[in-house]
This record gives sequence, structure tokens and C-alpha cells, in this order.
Amino acid sequence: MTSPNSPNSSRRSFLKNTGQLLIGFNLLPLTFCQSKSEILDGGISSGSQVRSSMGSDIIDSWIRLDAEGKVTVLTGKMELGQGIRTALMQMAAEELDVNMDIVTIINGDTGQTADEGYTAGSGTIERSGASIRKAAAEAKFFMVNMASEKWDESPENLSVKNGLIQSKNGKHKISYWELLDGKFLEGKVTGNAPLKNPKDHTLVGKGILREDIRKMAQGEAFFVHDLRLPEMVHARVLRPPSYGSILIDLDKESVLALPGVLKLVVDGRFIAVIAKREYQAIKALEFLKSAAKWQTEPLSPQQADLFSEMKKKSLPPQQVEEAKHINTIIGNSPQILEATYLRPYQMHASAGPSCAVAEWKDGKLTVWTPTQGVYPLRSTLSDFLGIDTKDIRCIGLPGSGCYGHNGADDVSADAAFIARSFPGKPVRVQWMREDEHAWEPYGSAMLLKLKAGLDASGKITGWDCGIWSDTHSTRPGGKAGHFIAARHLEKPFEFQPGGFSGGSYRNSSPLYNIPSKNIVLHNYKGPLRTSALRGLGAYGNIFALESFMDELANLAAIDPFEFRIKNLDNPRAIEVIKTLKSKCNWENRDQSGRVGYGLAFAQYKNSASYFAVVAEIHKSPTGGKFRLHKLTGVIDSGQCINPDGLKNQTEGGMIQSASWTIMEAVQYDANGITSKDWNSYPIMRTNDVPEVEVHIIDRPKEKPLGAGEAAQGPVAAAIVNALSSLLDKRVYELPLKDYFV
Amino acid sequence: MIEKIKLLINDKKREFEVDLEEPLLYILREDANLYGPKYGCGMGQCGACMVLVDGRAQPSCLLTCGNLHEAKIKTIEGLAKNGNPHPLQEAFFEVQAAQCGYCLNGMLISAVSLLEENPSPSISEIKEALNRVLCRCGTHSRFIKAVQLASEKSQNA
Ligand code: FES
Ligand code: FES
Repeated sequence: MTSPNSPNSSRRSFLKNTGQLLIGFNLLPLTFCQSKSEILDGGISSGSQVRSSMGSDIIDSWIRLDAEGKVTVLTGKMELGQGIRTALMQMAAEELDVNMDIVTIINGDTGQTADEGYTAGSGTIERSGASIRKAAAEAKFFMVNMASEKWDESPENLSVKNGLIQSKNGKHKISYWELLDGKFLEGKVTGNAPLKNPKDHTLVGKGILREDIRKMAQGEAFFVHDLRLPEMVHARVLRPPSYGSILIDLDKESVLALPGVLKLVVDGRFIAVIAKREYQAIKALEFLKSAAKWQTEPLSPQQADLFSEMKKKSLPPQQVEEAKHINTIIGNSPQILEATYLRPYQMHASAGPSCAVAEWKDGKLTVWTPTQGVYPLRSTLSDFLGIDTKDIRCIGLPGSGCYGHNGADDVSADAAFIARSFPGKPVRVQWMREDEHAWEPYGSAMLLKLKAGLDASGKITGWDCGIWSDTHSTRPGGKAGHFIAARHLEKPFEFQPGGFSGGSYRNSSPLYNIPSKNIVLHNYKGPLRTSALRGLGAYGNIFALESFMDELANLAAIDPFEFRIKNLDNPRAIEVIKTLKSKCNWENRDQSGRVGYGLAFAQYKNSASYFAVVAEIHKSPTGGKFRLHKLTGVIDSGQCINPDGLKNQTEGGMIQSASWTIMEAVQYDANGITSKDWNSYPIMRTNDVPEVEVHIIDRPKEKPLGAGEAAQGPVAAAIVNALSSLLDKRVYELPLKDYFV
Repeated sequence: MIEKIKLLINDKKREFEVDLEEPLLYILREDANLYGPKYGCGMGQCGACMVLVDGRAQPSCLLTCGNLHEAKIKTIEGLAKNGNPHPLQEAFFEVQAAQCGYCLNGMLISAVSLLEENPSPSISEIKEALNRVLCRCGTHSRFIKAVQLASEKSQNA
């Protein structure tokens, strides 16, 4: 495909032939960056000619213009199904003044993109988006100034449309590409380039459709799972029956005799089999399962004792927020309330088990990976395999939705380790369903203890919160012990927890205007592997906080909307709640007693999107059980880049949280995890999903705020509040499955 | 046992030498070079691997090749007619029915199978037809909408 913006074709082929290529602002060739689809068709070479990011202050690290008249956006962040590719391309095209159809994007590749750490905490649009936007504005600024010098016209007299610079008097016009004319130009992000006024936006704020959805619907290769490379072989890993199992015996010979089996990799209790065909690897795995004898160390405490142990065996408390004399303040209040809330271990449970492909060639490693962070993965692989980071390239490709730290990094480590023992051929590893269910790191169980006082007018006087939780982040960040594979070797890498992160107390501090807040965290090392699950501790904390707010409203005998507004002075928070009240038609709600409504609100991290939601629950005509009928949400994410994308992600978060809240808890016994498939860990399916409705408050003049995790906590509390309004008691423990049909 | 089997895949005659116990899913992905059907559980629980067998949606992870001789298989790659995408493919794009998209194959195949049999299904019939396919991103409401849209369009066509 060529665009009318391209320089003339002989020049283009000259550039290609010499490997010297027209680009926007920096040195090296660009056409060597294969597109994703070429990669998926197996067309990737060693990739060495791809040029790497030269630092985030260089325009070229974010925006490149090429000989084909196209624009390439680069981001260190990964597409996880949240639609960031489209949103980031929109932001770039907007500032650069080009049409969307000439823009492409490259996500997370240590060979090309800037180091942006992890794609997490709903920070992509806030951070990567801001960098791309600035770089695009800078590129345009630079080129408009070039044209202005060339024509001796002041920049104010020039305008740009789809990459074509024109003088207002109609005398001159030139495209970006003609202007650059194959020259290398270096430009830094100076911050001097003006950003567009939001009122002039033509792309940002529009529900531009995700083209990748069209591709997926036609069955085009898209996922890392679909990657096919020449001579690729297939591997499966036999995991021990439980975390602490020790290998006693393994019949290696008979496995090697199975059809298609190429190699058995055994190191300590890391066992993998490589075969020619995928199905042969699976058959060999099944065989290995019966051929391996293990001794298993029982998991403790047992599930029934988890919460009592959590309170008994936690580490010394850590003060998160301090209010001196909190006991007196609450004790002196006219009304006092106290409650304890419990959430279980829950899993990411990705629809597609994690998959990665790795190739070890001439001492260099390439890994095609669905990780959320190509750079942290690379440094951790470097520690694991004892090779320099410069000999490792991690290329990010979309995986199945991960919602946090699932098996993506572990499977990448599996593939890398196996590939090293089988050099020269790409090795594809996909986890089996049971591997993903039993070995992914779960969202930690939590115990939340709240106490508060109310004054006579219904204002909260003081808030006292205790949190008991295991860590919410064990993502690999350079230490191999974070990989399962590394821990299972003969000479194991020790898992060194990086300290308990702030994830546990995320959103524990109410946004409400409360004069005295005291928050204490009790870290607890629990029996199961845990890490970041969408929202981290915010899910449990908001479930507790917003359930408690509902109880306080009841105690004060004030309408739940009014009670929250009364205790807030953040205007955006108030507006979200008020908008929801009218959108869900609160005043005219069904008060027959057959329908229950519950409200909840939070600003994610107290700094990202504002989200309020009402859950509507119906009593089923028979059997005294309930059905979640509808969720209505209102979200304020500041400047909205793509309203349809924001809605899609928020709807998804709402349904996912409803599923966690009503149905999900990881089960285990002394011998290990027993939630090993979709029957033993059921999630919500189409028959049970509620109707979802999302309204956006767009604030074009505010900065965009992360939205991906905004719904998780509030939806839980809203459902509990709705349920409690129909029962004559309050429910304090998740999940709620006993109450629902 | 390794034997030759004949299949009609997306209207093309194909022959494979396979282990008769091997599920169709792996033949499609590895030998027929198709990307649509995906592995999700291998146990018939999730529907990621759905294909049309003689027009009906079935999980390909459970169909062993030995039982499939001369069967007519369709995957989402074969839905387009004369170069035009299937109305359901259009509808999925139009309502942006995907987040990560891993489940999309199963949803789409189930929807095609449903509309073949029942061109104007009710919401609960749509839900029932998609219930076998599991979506972790919570895109269900959009899948339902996409099926409604395609069905309406074909009624008005
Ligand atoms: S992979 Fe076939 S139903 Fe799950
Ligand atoms: S869209 Fe991700 S699993 Fe359905």
C-alpha cells in the first residue's frame, strides 16, 4: 500500500535497496520493523535490524514516519484487550494531524519500544498516551517550522491536514513526507510544542472502531497462540501436584519412546517434554503425569481456618494512615458501627491458557510473549538464564485477556528455559487449562475490619480500618525467583518477596471527607501464590468500605445517595453520584420488595477514574433465591479518548466483578488447589449476565484518567448492598453464590 | 492408530494422515493452518475451539478424527461468501464485540449455528446459544447485541 504522501517511487526503492530509509526524526532504517501480521506468519528474521528505543526524550521513540507515507506509533505498553492500540493511535493522529488509516502501532518490544515497565494500574493512557501525544505534537511543530523557513512564511499562516502542510494564502503545500525527503532529522521532545486545544479535536473523543476486532472476527492470526515459525516444535510442562511437592521418581525412558517426542527436559522438579506436534506433546504430558511420583507437603492452613489464621499469624502491623486518639473520637460519637468483611482468593482465569514461543540461537534468546512488561521480563530472564539483557529480545504479542499477573510471565520463562536446552528451533509452550487454574498467582484473600462514628447530622466523625492480606504484587522485576520454573530447578532460585506492596491498602482510605482516618495493614504470608489481580486490594477494600457506607447510611436513616453526597466535597465525585441517581431513575424505583437496589462509588486509587454504580437484583419467583438483573454505571475518566472503548472496558469490568462477587472463590485442600477447571471454578456465563449500562461524563479539558479497574470494587459493594436490602440481614462474606440462582 | 482421513474444510477437500484419537482442533490449527478455533480447556467446557460440523456448532477439542471421516467442517475463516464477510462478522465488528477476543471464535460460531436454525431468536434463545462459550473479559452483552443486530438486518434485507 502506498499513500499519496510518499516520496516518488524511484527514490523509495533506492532507499529500500540501500537500506537507507526515509524516516521522521532519527537515524536507522524502519522498514525492517515487521508488522505484527508478518511476525505471525513466521516472517520474522533475527530482527537485529530493528532499531531500539534511544530514550524516552527522543521523538523517534514514540512516533516514526516512513518511506511508505505511514506513521508508526510505538508504545512500551501492551494491548491486553483494553483497546489501547486504537486509543493511542487516535491520540497520535490527532496531534500530528493525519488520518487514522495511515497510522500503525507497535506494542512492547525490547528491540524497538521504550521501556515503560508494566502495563498495569490503568496507567497506559495517562502515561504512554501523554508521551505519544507530546511526541506527535513535537513532530508536527518541527515540520511546520521547517516548512515555514522553506517558504519564508510565519508558522501561524500554515495549517496541516492529513499530513499536508499548506499556507493559508494557497501558495504553498507540501506533505510531511515530501518535506523530509529522505533526510534523517533528529528531534527531541522539548515540551515547547503546543498541544491542540480540545475543542479542535476531530479524532480524540470519537468512538473510533477497533480494526483488530474485524481481523479477529475473520480468524486472522492475532494472538501469540497463533504464532507459527518455521520448524517450530511444541512443549508442555508437567507441574508438580502442589506448590511443595517433591519429585520422587520419573520413568524417563518410556516417555522418550512415545511418538514424536524429541526431548525430555528435567531439572529438579521442572519437567518438560518437547515434541514435533502439539498433540504429541499433550499425549506425552498425560503419560508423564502417570509416570511421575511425588511426595506432597500439605498446604496449611486449611481453607476453613484461613481467616482466623490470617489474624493470628500476620506480621507486625504497618501504619498506613494515622489518626491519634481514633478510639476516643469514634467512642465519643453519638452512633458507632463496626463490621468485618471477607473476600476469598480469586483467580484471573484467563480464557486462553498462557502461551509463549522462544528461540535460542547462537547464544541469543528471542521470546514472543504475552507479558504485561517486556523489559521487566527481559531483566528477569537475564537473571534466570545468566545471560546479558542485550542478548535477549522480548517481543510482546497479544495474549488472552490477563487482568493482571496471570501465567504470562511464567510461561515465557518456561519457553525460554526449554528453548535453551533445544537450541536452533523455536519452541512453543502453551499451558494446559489445569496449569493456568492451579499455578497462576491469585488475587489474595482479605479480611477488612472497619469501625466508624457518626455525628447527629449523619456526618462521619472518624474511620478506623484494619486490613489483613497477602501481597498483591509479585510480578517479576529482575529476580528469577519470581518464575515458577526457576523455583523448581535442582538449584532453585529463592523467591524473594519484594516487600509487601501498597496494593493491599489501595482504596482503603475513603475519599469521603472524614476528619480522622486511621488505617493499619497486617501483612500475612498465606498458603497460596498471590499477585496482582485487576484492582489489587482495591476490590476488597472498596467492597468493605462501600458496604460499610451503606450500613452507616441505614444507621443514620439517610438515603444512600444523600448520605454519600453529604460526606463528600469532591465535586467530580458528587457529580458522578448525582448523574447516576438520575440515570437509574432512583426516585421511581420499584419498592414492592421484590427488587433490591444497591449503590456504591469509588475513585480508583483515589486518583484515577470516578465510578458509581447501582445494582438491581430481583427475587426469583420460586425458591427464595436472587438474580442480578442490571448494573447501571457512571464513569468520569477525565478527557475521554474513545467513548466506545471506555464503555466496552467498563462493561467488561462490571460483568467480571459481578462474576467474582457472586460466584468465585479458589478452592484448595491439603493436597493442593482443587479449582482446576471451569466446573470446579465456575464463572459467569451468558445466561447469568446482567444487563449493563454505562454512562460517561466527558471532561475534554481535564487530563485522561485510567479506567480499566474502576468498576471492580464498586460493583462488588453495589451487589452486596442490593442483596442486603432484600434480606433482613447484611452479608459480609464473598462470594454470594448461596443467595443466587 | 495413524490413518488417512478426508475432510471438507471451508469447502475445500483435504486429506490428513492422523492419529485417529487426535482431536480435530489440533489438525485445524497445525495442519490446516487455521487460526480461528482456539484451545481453551480441551474438555468441552469453554467453547473456545468451536467449529461448525455439518452446520452445527461443536467443540473441536472433543471431536476425535476417527469419527469425522468426510465431515463438513467450517471455521470462521470460511464464513465469508464471495469475498464478503458473513453478516455476523460485520455485526461483531460494528458493535465492537470483543475485548481480548480469545472467546470470539466460539461466540461467532455458536451465533452462526443459532441463526441458521432460528433466524430471529429471542434474547433468551441467544443467551442459551452462547452459554456454552466462556468469556472472561465480560463482553457478553455485546455478543448478544451483535447477534440481535445481525438477525434484525437479515430480517430487513
Ligand atoms: S477448548 Fe474445547 S471446549 Fe474448551
Ligand atoms: S473477549 Fe476476552 S475472553 Fe471474551
